[in-house]
Amino acid sequence: MTDEISLQGVAAPPLINGELLFEEPWQGRVFGMAKALADNGLYNWSDFQSVLIEVIGDWDHSQSDLNQPYFYYDHFLKAFERLLLKRHLIDPKPLADLITTLTNRPHGHDHSHHTLGVPP
Amino acid sequence: MSEVKPQALRAEALEAILIEKGLLTPDAVDGVIAQFNERVGPMNGARVVARAWTDPAFKQQLLSNGSVAIEEFDFSGGEVDKLVVVENTANVHNVVVCTLCSCYPWALLGLPPAWYKDPAYRSRIVREPRKVLSEFGLNLPDETDVQVWDSSAEIRYLVLPQQPANLAGLAEDDLVEHITRDSMIGVARL
Repeated sequence: MTDEISLQGVAAPPLINGELLFEEPWQGRVFGMAKALADNGLYNWSDFQSVLIEVIGDWDHSQSDLNQPYFYYDHFLKAFERLLLKRHLIDPKPLADLITTLTNRPHGHDHSHHTLGVPP
Repeated sequence: MSEVKPQALRAEALEAILIEKGLLTPDAVDGVIAQFNERVGPMNGARVVARAWTDPAFKQQLLSNGSVAIEEFDFSGGEVDKLVVVENTANVHNVVVCTLCSCYPWALLGLPPAWYKDPAYRSRIVREPRKVLSEFGLNLPDETDVQVWDSSAEIRYLVLPQQPANLAGLAEDDLVEHITRDSMIGVARL
């Protein structure tokens, strides 16, 4: 399965000692989601990479400060969301609503993904 | 109010929606991460072994000076200041341990497996290597000489497995996928 994922170039994920480097759990989740959907045939991995390169390119061009830190998975998340919307796999309204719900939930809630409901 | 990072919330929301729509399962996401790490981790080591199997001059150099031989691959990640490669043959089986801690050729094999750091493996593989190897499912004939190599901060070992007969004639790139991490630690044969 790694054959399809380029480990070099601008869209390559960060590695440490040959292992994927996820600095925070959400980064692993979004990587796993993007690849699992490609494995399920909802898009080609190369389609995702093109969007990712586009997102990173946009960011590059918008930087006036060359020392601005680069966070690979922020771009990865943005590219994943952009591709899902472009392919009509998700709708923007329910996504925005759910993000609001999650943002407003009380601290110390149950983090389980399985108990999360999607608002109508 | 939530104190979770906005990116984490977005990722969580996306996953919930994709699961709700039946496009994704949490297990699929876990599976991708696990498979990817399993494949990518030991890939550098597998490339070195595949090269040694297909290029006799490289193999000779690898066995005489592993650190110099792998320079051309330009692996990042360090941890292989002095690499010693030990070759399995029909009569000799090599296995690697770090009795003091968990020294390991990270740049070649990725992160060490949990059992490699386990005090039981670290002490028992020296005392009773055949028994430990049999618990890994590797039963060696009595006539096979088992050699245990103790890694240190200065020296990292890599086992050069024997090339199985059914892989003879394959190109270097095609061989890589058949070479497992455990065979390069020496707790498995191919």
